[in-house]
Amino acid sequence: MPKVKFDILESTCIPLPFENVDTDQIIPARFLSATSREGFGDNLFRDWRYKKTGEKNSEFVLNNPKFSGKVLVAGKNFGSGSSREHAVWAIFDYGFRAVVSSFFADIFMNNALNNGLLPIVISEELLIKLHGLIQKNPAIKVKIDLEKQTFTIISTGDSVRFGINPYKKECLLKGLDDIDFLLSMKSLITGYETNKNLVK
Amino acid sequence: MEAKTLFDKICDGHVVLSIENGPDILYIDRHYIHEVTSPQAFNGLKERGIPVFRPGKTIATADHNIPTKDQHLQIRDQLSRNQVEKLSENCRKHGIELFGLNHQKNGIVHVIGPELGYTLPGMTIVCGDSHTSTHGAFGTIAFGIGTSEVEMVLATQCILQPKPKKMRITVNGNLHKGVTSKDIIMYIISEISTGGATGYFVEFSGSAIKSLSMEARMTICNMSIEMGARGGLIAPDETTFDYLRKLPSIPGIDDLESSVNQWKNLKSDPDASFDNELEFDAGLIKPMITYGTNPGMGMAIDGSIPMAEDKNKEASSSYLKSLEYMGLKPGMKLLGHPIDYVFIGSCTNGRIEDFRAFAQIIRGRKKAANITALIVPGSKKVEEQMASEGLIEVFKNAGFEVRQPGCSSCLAMNEDKIPQGKYTVSTSNRNFEGRQGPGARTLLASPYTAAAAAITGRISDPREFITEENNIKI
Repeated sequence: MPKVKFDILESTCIPLPFENVDTDQIIPARFLSATSREGFGDNLFRDWRYKKTGEKNSEFVLNNPKFSGKVLVAGKNFGSGSSREHAVWAIFDYGFRAVVSSFFADIFMNNALNNGLLPIVISEELLIKLHGLIQKNPAIKVKIDLEKQTFTIISTGDSVRFGINPYKKECLLKGLDDIDFLLSMKSLITGYETNKNLVK
Repeated sequence: MEAKTLFDKICDGHVVLSIENGPDILYIDRHYIHEVTSPQAFNGLKERGIPVFRPGKTIATADHNIPTKDQHLQIRDQLSRNQVEKLSENCRKHGIELFGLNHQKNGIVHVIGPELGYTLPGMTIVCGDSHTSTHGAFGTIAFGIGTSEVEMVLATQCILQPKPKKMRITVNGNLHKGVTSKDIIMYIISEISTGGATGYFVEFSGSAIKSLSMEARMTICNMSIEMGARGGLIAPDETTFDYLRKLPSIPGIDDLESSVNQWKNLKSDPDASFDNELEFDAGLIKPMITYGTNPGMGMAIDGSIPMAEDKNKEASSSYLKSLEYMGLKPGMKLLGHPIDYVFIGSCTNGRIEDFRAFAQIIRGRKKAANITALIVPGSKKVEEQMASEGLIEVFKNAGFEVRQPGCSSCLAMNEDKIPQGKYTVSTSNRNFEGRQGPGARTLLASPYTAAAAAITGRISDPREFITEENNIKI
């Protein structure tokens, strides 16, 4: 797993106001045959982004030059379905560093945190407001401060505190890695195995 | 002593360390891996220069990305071939047992785990696959993980897990004929939605659950992820123990009865408290079918597609977008709607009982002319059983093609894709856009409903074919 740091991000947003966007939409299964982590961004939202003929679908938001940024503002229940971490790799590889929704699927949330893609949960009310603001003015910016755990819409001053597991917060702020942490606990783990008589 | 849920009892016994304000370090008894979500994890170990910590606790299979035809030949797609070879290479290098392509015990990871005796009550089980929840049917904590976590388990046999909330879903009452475990779980998901159990581990209980076979219980736990749950589990009982007693061998267990005696304690205490409790009546459940692009968009087979009016603006636009993809409209009935494909298989409904049930309707009949059917056993063992019970003959006589084991059209990573715009009644678990192929339109249902559709060429009520005499409880 990669070691990625996150502290403060100020960016415009790309809106994707659909509910229940599953990981099959984020990266279809037919693109999962690779054995490395790189390059999945090319096929992010593949079947929405491209027409059957292979040309870009100009109606899809990623192909709309009006919208750009490092923050994906999604709809409710984002990332449901398959546990494929490739979905997070694709979003990160495309250039996003945070995803905002009112509700994330559990496995997606874990995968995102393990890859330095910050999942930010805000109220449904604020999410709807944010979508409206972005549609009206794609240039508006949001500010994410991980240390303070605040999410701010800069133009309106709407600012909310978002939740994150304190352990994960520290990992992201310092660019630490779960595996290094677990490896440092090896003696505790072997102690557990000995107590339980697990290694025969 | 504080009353505990089944989840707590298993979890507490596996916590190596509780991090203050952080997740638990949870010890993993069984790790299943497959070709698609493991290569990057092995790469990670290589970069760190560390070995697999406990290779004997990981079991591998190739299932997601393999063909279901001519498995003895080289895999045609180069990337897929490379991925499957990579798995073999990684398993060889690290001393991990592999039931790979053409191995006589090969099959879908969630089918072979239980049938080979690797899944046992009280275990913690993970796999880089969301349907790992299947194994919860044996009274285990089993859940899907991402590839970073696969690397974590390979490196340390542990995982960092925040404690989930706990929910109990009780289903009491008797199922009507032609109604199956698949219909129970599809009904629950349609009631609580695809995110209804997000953040929870769900224990299923009640007389209707208790009366189910192990395979049917696996179908229930398998789809608990489709309501967002981290996992589902069912307390082990005599049905569980009898299933295990009938297995030819159980790796690592010499005295099964002494283990059974311990496993009998694996149940929630009577006064254990859950963060949420739901109750359903099995008698109200009819054969179910989905009409949209997530498993929560399901209804009774004789129902009408709900109208969009009762939803808020955002929900309504997502809803209509979904129906447009499906080529369906609010208010429509699905009975009689023509279909093109039928798929029976997957970790949800690819076990021997599923094919027995499918055969109850197919036997002595012919498939409808407009139907292409993919019949894909969940494992080599299921395939052998189908042959020895004469089911393959039944299906061939009806005009179907029986394939070799694999995940197949459930996620269509291989060549088993449903063509653009075509309707398929599928016994799998996900009806997402493009899940079974770009533009494919999936209608999830039980093996009975799939069989009725295969014979008539239309969405049909399986209860017209199932009597009290030929009903098998699955």
